[in-house]
Amino acid sequence: MNLKDFIAQKGYKDNPRRLMEDVIHLVFLVLGLVAVGSVLVITIYLVISGLPAIFKIGPIEFLFGTRWASTAAEPAFGILPFILTSIYGTAGAIIIGVPIGFFAAVFLAKMAPRRIREFMELCIGVLAGIPSVVYGLVGMTILVPGIRILFGVPDGATLFAAIIVLAVMILPSVINVSLTALQAVPQEYEEASLALGATSTETYFRVTVPAAKSGIFTAIVLGIGRAIGEAMAIMMVAGNVANMPSLFKSVRFLTTAVASEMSYSSGLQREALFSIALVLFLFIMIINAILNVLKTGGKKE
Amino acid sequence: MKKILAIMLVAVLSMAAVFANGASESATVSTDGSTSMEKVILSLAEQYMADNPNVNVTYNPTGSGTGITAALEGRCDIGLSSRALKDDEVASGLTQTIVALDGICVIVNADNPVSDLSIEQIAGLFNGTITNWSEVGGNDAPVVAIGREAGSGTRDGFESITGTEDACVYSQELTSTGAVITAVSQNPGAIGYASLASNLESVKALTVEGVEATEETVKSGEYQIQRPFVFATLSSTPLSAEAQAFFDYAVSAEAAPIIAAAGAVPVAE
Repeated sequence: MNLKDFIAQKGYKDNPRRLMEDVIHLVFLVLGLVAVGSVLVITIYLVISGLPAIFKIGPIEFLFGTRWASTAAEPAFGILPFILTSIYGTAGAIIIGVPIGFFAAVFLAKMAPRRIREFMELCIGVLAGIPSVVYGLVGMTILVPGIRILFGVPDGATLFAAIIVLAVMILPSVINVSLTALQAVPQEYEEASLALGATSTETYFRVTVPAAKSGIFTAIVLGIGRAIGEAMAIMMVAGNVANMPSLFKSVRFLTTAVASEMSYSSGLQREALFSIALVLFLFIMIINAILNVLKTGGKKE
Repeated sequence: MKKILAIMLVAVLSMAAVFANGASESATVSTDGSTSMEKVILSLAEQYMADNPNVNVTYNPTGSGTGITAALEGRCDIGLSSRALKDDEVASGLTQTIVALDGICVIVNADNPVSDLSIEQIAGLFNGTITNWSEVGGNDAPVVAIGREAGSGTRDGFESITGTEDACVYSQELTSTGAVITAVSQNPGAIGYASLASNLESVKALTVEGVEATEETVKSGEYQIQRPFVFATLSSTPLSAEAQAFFDYAVSAEAAPIIAAAGAVPVAE
């Protein structure tokens, strides 16, 4: 089909507005494809650059090796310490951050007087906007020495410090998403419960919270996603030594493993860093999949 | 679908036109080697290219060993090595020219009473054989060794000079000199290392075997935790005119302030 036929077939000559319409559609399509294209490029690039090193090192040795010494005379590339650290660190942040965030959300949604609620929402907004490097800086100068003195350990740059920083960092998303879920519960549910003689606290925890369940789970998964992907802040407080994780030991996360060695890396070391990124990417994909299931599950109810 | 393809093609072609303009003809001086020398060589290259716009100085960060091999095989004009060439490397036909010296300070917390250590003691503090400061005449406090990330030139230099390669037991591996200094300034039991050129106000720089680290003691060789930054070139084949001009510039007194600003001790007077 040549251009002339194409124009004739579409009837652009008789109807210039249709041409305009189609051009605009095309522009929007291209803009939409930018996001899709980015995801595709990143995924393909990560897989292509991450897979070879895994097979060079050996998948078992890579994923379950406990020693990482990338520049040693006899290099070892085991990332189990990083995987476990990321899991422990994220779990710790969830254990500390979610109860705080959840109860804060219940308080804000149901109990707080208007003035206090507005003030707290403002604070949470600010907390969400603080760049992660600032969390790291404050953690490095206050939290790390604090942990050293408080717990009597030789050095405060530990998994524990990272957990605290992560717990604070996930608070805004946990609070905001749970808050939205709690506020979306129809008021009739609560009124019915109160009319049956339940106290307001009983109503919140027996009626409102169960009704907002899927939203609260979404909040937790979002928190996990945020915590597992964070690099900058924990690089400044976790010490970055490739130890097997332990609460008061210096540890390295999947994210910080990539970030800390990338600048001077070369050869297999660099390839292995891409492989770590690929593993991290898979973790985040799994979390996103869970998130999607939760969201669609929520709609069906 | 055809429309999309056409638009994409136009976009790609116009991008290509833009980028094609950027490349113009120029002579290239290629350097290859030590990652520790990155800052020095890039600062020199930047200034040199600003002064000589028709020359392009490239730098390939591969490591000293690779850089020396590249120079020997003629794959680059100048090989960069952050250690002195070995006898067999010189015998195989390379000439070494020391461009600068790199001094590495050993730093402790300002409250630490220890002020002088031997190389052996420093190695012990870092490799975990000395775990308490009282063993080297300090307070009864645990030793916290703070270092740089694997691949860092400062770490490589420090570990190779003190003989602690792959043996250091670090409490923290940080990605910048500034982060090491901050961490050491906050922990009374900390010991770390940092380039001589960094700002060490908040910590205490130790004397090593009784010698304070200064530009003079590094230059004279009295201060031991130092290493040379070397240009390795083929002895038999002369450099191209452009490469020779860059080489001469790098070892000249004119380049000394730039080398100093990049954190190394220049050797040219």
